[in-house]
Amino acid sequence: MSIETAERQDTAPVAPEQPMLEVKDLLVRYGRGRKAAAAPAAVDGVSFSIRPGETVGLVGESGSGKSTIGKAILGLQKSAGGTISYQGKDITYAGAAERRALGGELRAVFQDPNSSLNPRQSIGASLAEPLRIRGVTAAVAREKAEAMLERVGLPREAVDRYPSQFSGGQRQRIAVARALICEPKLVVCDEAVSALDLSTQAQVLNLLADLRDELGLSYLFIAHDISVVQFLAQRVVVLYRGQVMESGPAAAVTESPKHPFTQALVAASPVPRPAEQAERRMLRESLGVRTAAAVAGSPGGCPFSQRCPLATELCTAERPALRRVGAADVACHYA
Amino acid sequence: MIPNVAPAPADSAPATAAAAVQPKSGQRAAFSKISASRLFASPGGVAGVVWLAALVVASLTAQWWLPYKTEDQDFTAVLSGPTAAHWLGTDELGRDLLSRIFAAAAGTLGTSLITVIVGVVLGTALAMVAAGRGQTEGGISRVTEVMMSLPGTVIILAVIGAVGTNIPLIMAILGVLISAGIYRVMLGQAKSLQSQLYVDAAKVDGVSTLGISLRHVLPGLTNTIVVQSALIFAVGMLIQAGLAFIGFGPPIPQPSWGGMIQGASQHVYDAPWLMVPTGAVLALTVLAANAIGSALGKAPNTGVSHLPSAAARGQRSVAAGAAASVAEAGAIPAKGHLSVRGLSVGVDGGTPLVTDVSFDVGPGTVLGLVGESGCGKTMTALSLLGLLPAGVSATGGQILWNGKNLAAATEREMEGIRGRDIALISQEPMRALDPMFTVGYQLTAAIRRLRKVGKAEAHAEALSLLEKVGIVDAKRILKTYPHQISGGMAQRVAIALALSGRPRLLVADEPTTALDVTVQAEILSLLRSLVKDTGMSVVMVTHDLGVVADICDNVAVMYAGQVVESGGTANILDNPRHPYTLALLAADPHANTAADMPERLATISGQVPQPKDWPTGCRFMARCQFAGSACAAPVPLLPSGSEDGVVRCVKADELAVEGLEWLATEVPTHRVLKIVEKDLA
Repeated sequence: MSIETAERQDTAPVAPEQPMLEVKDLLVRYGRGRKAAAAPAAVDGVSFSIRPGETVGLVGESGSGKSTIGKAILGLQKSAGGTISYQGKDITYAGAAERRALGGELRAVFQDPNSSLNPRQSIGASLAEPLRIRGVTAAVAREKAEAMLERVGLPREAVDRYPSQFSGGQRQRIAVARALICEPKLVVCDEAVSALDLSTQAQVLNLLADLRDELGLSYLFIAHDISVVQFLAQRVVVLYRGQVMESGPAAAVTESPKHPFTQALVAASPVPRPAEQAERRMLRESLGVRTAAAVAGSPGGCPFSQRCPLATELCTAERPALRRVGAADVACHYA
Repeated sequence: MIPNVAPAPADSAPATAAAAVQPKSGQRAAFSKISASRLFASPGGVAGVVWLAALVVASLTAQWWLPYKTEDQDFTAVLSGPTAAHWLGTDELGRDLLSRIFAAAAGTLGTSLITVIVGVVLGTALAMVAAGRGQTEGGISRVTEVMMSLPGTVIILAVIGAVGTNIPLIMAILGVLISAGIYRVMLGQAKSLQSQLYVDAAKVDGVSTLGISLRHVLPGLTNTIVVQSALIFAVGMLIQAGLAFIGFGPPIPQPSWGGMIQGASQHVYDAPWLMVPTGAVLALTVLAANAIGSALGKAPNTGVSHLPSAAARGQRSVAAGAAASVAEAGAIPAKGHLSVRGLSVGVDGGTPLVTDVSFDVGPGTVLGLVGESGCGKTMTALSLLGLLPAGVSATGGQILWNGKNLAAATEREMEGIRGRDIALISQEPMRALDPMFTVGYQLTAAIRRLRKVGKAEAHAEALSLLEKVGIVDAKRILKTYPHQISGGMAQRVAIALALSGRPRLLVADEPTTALDVTVQAEILSLLRSLVKDTGMSVVMVTHDLGVVADICDNVAVMYAGQVVESGGTANILDNPRHPYTLALLAADPHANTAADMPERLATISGQVPQPKDWPTGCRFMARCQFAGSACAAPVPLLPSGSEDGVVRCVKADELAVEGLEWLATEVPTHRVLKIVEKDLA
């Protein structure tokens, strides 16, 4: 683990007995009725926890259920089983009123900066909305909105402008401001930088890191790009078809992945150094991971078994439980 | 990414991504203003508003200016035409038509408004409730279906039978019946608004369902509401006139338009004039309402398409031809060798988008065009295929391919080259595939057209192409529709489609950006083996330096419409000479492993400048950490010293000697956050 990450953890207000967020055996199904019950669950028995001040990265391919988990935590998607507790309080089935009572401590930044702001509302109105429903007066809300805009590196005058007048990166800053305006403790970032260009992405990542260090925030950072996750997260959870494949310290998971899927994921992420990339490509091709187009995983076994080069009969018959391998928890019979 | 060429809708990200905060004049994008300006931009809308307003004012002030009372009878002038005493003539009892028409107007318009209000309010409210709660949608939809299947005329006649001709009540019931149709129109729109991320964001805020409907959904529906209201207003008026015509209007001495038309119809032979004034006023009023509706409903950007029409492209070729003839003819490159010389692309008669771009792609090699959005890389790539958007054309330079200058080629010549010699794969594979036809149909159709072979042969070729792009169960895939296959599979099919004309050059516009990294790696491997096996060359547009490192032999880094650095991939990425390349690499988290991940990534302050703001000197100067006074003068592309590499920076040598790095910017000074203090009022 790097010195920086170690320091970040040390400076965080540690309260190990009570995690900021705890997700246990979360189960989410899409659709209703018998048909939905027969289909594989979108999120299937996922557990993880986030300590105060900690950033947990959630990585996986499209369809792995990573955004669904974020939505379930935010109450935007109904859970079919398991529990989600926030600071020890069960919020799995919390209604709108209970969510409001969380007092804006649990907030979100979404992927698409173009549709996460209402184009018909001024920036000020968008930022003030979460404050106004908590009874803050218009004048105070405006003052806070201006201060927050300044904090994320935008001019105060931006309160009176509309989303269409800002670039993608600026809009994402506004989305960050909106999430942080009611002093949250936990922010769910769902692909918060995926739609941005390199230099803008770096700006927003730096901003998120600064704000975390400054305010002691916890993040659930959802992304498909393991390198981006690696920059921000102390711990990484790797998902495949709704199940946790591997979870552990960011350095361990990204530097020496134990699960064949994590290995494939890390090896597939290209680096901008031609010689090293050629080596990685050879390594990736030698892994012998089969293409994603192959048929769906067997219902009882490991979801990755159809693509896995190591798969045996055991893998198609029995779903491997998470077990400790080195510093990480790995769900593989052969790790 | 297409830079701001066409008037892009406000929500199109790429077009505005590069835009800095625009000036603040006239930006109250409040809905009402947009629709008002739209209304007054159309002559029909203006005429409609003027007519309705005049009618309402005239009718409400009728008692002060009308020459006669509605029931005044003038037996000296029965059924007369227009005279000095009676401007619009009189009816069979000698009553003044002008007075009766205007006296009736307020009632007719007012009661029609009841239909509008009841119908639109009810329909919209139901749609918002249904869109907000999934469970209630089914129930509400069934009820509205029943309402739509009820015979409206019969119900209204039954109501009249039961309670008499209570016009406001009848019009309200009509509104209830019409609301089912409005609900249908509104539901789709409300549901799409409900699925917007900002609705999710509001839910996370804790905004109640009602609050979300009123604050985030309703404003988005306003446009449709206004248009629908105008149309229903007209319908209400006609139905009311119809009812009065068959005798269910206001009680007899009271004037009504329908009743007056009915009276006129009895004198259609002896006094045909009688029909004219009332009929004309009714027709004009209905027309006015419809004109307002269509003026408001007109989409702001109709007719702007992504791809140009053939006619537009024809014009483009002419312009480019003139420009190209001026350009100096260089040595003609060998077959299969693409040579772009001093290419410029610009909006017709205005802003340049790409200036003086030169690069070479030899047979069997891959060139990467890399840069952020708004740097002109997609424009450069599209110009190779003659597929620039309408209003954008190659304004200078040459694209030399097989002895031809494609920058000056006519549309007909390009048709012979596109798909056959040069093919395109795009970022969204689904856009290359028509959802209405099977993969097999689209592939065989392309093969038959491009290779002039029979059906059976084309089918066999389609199978072998799909196998070539790594699809295992090709037979099954041939029978599927595009929506039934995954994104990675669709991109493979799109590549097979591009290969169907046996191209010598493949233009790949961000072909893996929309795919998962594991699938991206597979597609890159596929492209690499295709290049190796067929000897075709590839121009790869990408923003991902990792992709460049993986597949490209050469790379041209673009910034603000220029190539700022080009050369062999290893040279550029391992030993970047231009500060922009340096900065991009420093900002890329992929360039670091977990062990050496910096605490802050390097960033580039500011934005890529808009084409209209390009300075005459170095275009990167304003954002460059190393900029000096020498950078304000135009910068030529100079040899960088390694092989045939070139770099557009006056300080390149200086920077190389000193071994400078692009540093992460400092933490902002205003770290004090007042908001943090627990002062929530």
